[in-house]
Amino acid sequence: MRAAARPPIFYGLAVLFGLFVVFLYGPIATIVVLAFQGPEGGLVFPMNGVSVHWFGELFRPQSIGDIWGAFDRSTALGAIVMVATVLFSFLAGLAFRRRFPGATALFYVVIASLVMPSVVVSLGIGAMFEMLGIERAWYSSALGAHLTWTLPFGLLIMLAVFNRFNPAYEEAARDLGARGSQTIRYVVVPIIAPSLVGVALFGFTLSYDEIARTSQSVGALNTLPLELEAMQTNATTPVIYALGAMTTGLSLLVIGACLLGVIAVRRRRESFGSDAGQAV
Amino acid sequence: MTPHPLSLARWSPLSRIAGEGAECNEAAEGTAVASIRQWSFVAYLQALPLAMVFLLFFAAPIALVVVVSFFGYETYQILIPGFTLDNYREVFSEGVTYSTYLITVKFCVIVWAITSVLGFFIAYFLAFQLRSRTSQTVLLLLCSIPFWTSIVIRMIAWIPLLGRNGLVNRSLLGIGVVEGPQEWLLYSEFAVILGYVHLYTLMMIVPIFNSMTRIDRSLIEAASDAGASTLQVLWTVILPLSKTGIAIGSIFVIAMVMGDFVTVDVLGGGQVASVGKQIATQLSYLQFPPAAANAMILLLAVIAMIALLVRVVDIRKEL
Repeated sequence: MRAAARPPIFYGLAVLFGLFVVFLYGPIATIVVLAFQGPEGGLVFPMNGVSVHWFGELFRPQSIGDIWGAFDRSTALGAIVMVATVLFSFLAGLAFRRRFPGATALFYVVIASLVMPSVVVSLGIGAMFEMLGIERAWYSSALGAHLTWTLPFGLLIMLAVFNRFNPAYEEAARDLGARGSQTIRYVVVPIIAPSLVGVALFGFTLSYDEIARTSQSVGALNTLPLELEAMQTNATTPVIYALGAMTTGLSLLVIGACLLGVIAVRRRRESFGSDAGQAV
Repeated sequence: MTPHPLSLARWSPLSRIAGEGAECNEAAEGTAVASIRQWSFVAYLQALPLAMVFLLFFAAPIALVVVVSFFGYETYQILIPGFTLDNYREVFSEGVTYSTYLITVKFCVIVWAITSVLGFFIAYFLAFQLRSRTSQTVLLLLCSIPFWTSIVIRMIAWIPLLGRNGLVNRSLLGIGVVEGPQEWLLYSEFAVILGYVHLYTLMMIVPIFNSMTRIDRSLIEAASDAGASTLQVLWTVILPLSKTGIAIGSIFVIAMVMGDFVTVDVLGGGQVASVGKQIATQLSYLQFPPAAANAMILLLAVIAMIALLVRVVDIRKEL
């Protein structure tokens, strides 16, 4: 395509986009900076010296309560939700490729779960465990609540992936004598691996940050977002910013690792090369 | 930018769901009825874990909310099975209910208007004004990274900016635009709306961007060859063809805002009400039946709004 002159609207929109990015990242950048307040520093600017004092405070139990317990529960729950989301969405994605009676109904239930106000789901799960006389806990009722939030994303991604999946690859595998399980293990999974990484990323981070569906279903011991929400109402020191900076850092680390994973897979594929389509 | 020749419709499980193209591959697949039966058994097994999760943790709890909304309740006792319309009567007889619903719908309309306009123009910028695929991917990623980080932290992050001694007030005082610190910036309806826009604009950008990338570029070329200006193309070609994306984004935003209680809690600071907050408060006093009745009304309101949207725009085209 010949590089024509940019229309004037381009510059206006570029400015709008720039402002939007500042709007998105500005607040987070503010608290990351404030987390480095000096030991005498307060909750707002100006900076009263620069230190890592408040990050040190994170490791002193008397100043932050059960934050590390909540952190452990959130990461453990996130990991379980991630594995379940990848596995269940992948299997269901395979199922939806075939016509099976009830597929339409199941699909609409999944979509309904995605748009259902979270407070209603949370209330329902809480009431159900209450009526059954089962103690609510992060590994039972909250796990279920999180899956109702992550699985719709997982399933929609898998449906989009299989939409674009060329069945000729599987036919070729079958023609070469592969069993059904071998076709999945050696052909389907490697091809869609980057998307599975994406589903895993959705599964972990959506669970790790979930608060609305967790609120009534978590029971006595809080997850990290709930603990943070409780903490912010009576926060008097920048330790809450240090905590915010730390948990945001962890999220970014997980996102970065997933992106690198996807890029590595792509690179590896490109380095093997392919002459497909060269003859056209 | 053209869609991959192998993409879409042909193997679409969703086009089968929608009942389109169901016959086209009948011949290929229907070699033997017996094998189909066997296949659908395997499909059931594969769909089972997901289906069980939604049965146990979604369908059953929602059904229970419906039932519980008719239960009686007393203090110190959580659930008394029975059938009474008292909870609904209670909800409708209190004046505060109407004002709470009104304010929630107001939030919804304002946030929807802002996020859809903002989301549309940002998606348009990404989809049509950028020339390389790499810059599109990088900038879209830049928008979506905050989506993966903690919602609570993103809300808390506004406090040092908007508070009484926050950065905004200090700057305003510094340049002498205002006499004293502005109290309406934080713990106010303004703060809640700002929080929503901050959190949910991405929910608009992604589906609209998705719709826009599917628009056939030759249509744009044809329009400009016929003499349409950039703005005319935007208004008469791109906007109508992005309707499904806008509708999907709108559904997300409506569902999120109508049921929210966390943003109202953190950025409203007890000064602002919403239906979700009201339900959460009732639950904190263990008043399950009135909370359930309130939740049912909220649910009906959300369904009504979504139904209205779906009537205007056929979303299934996007699937």
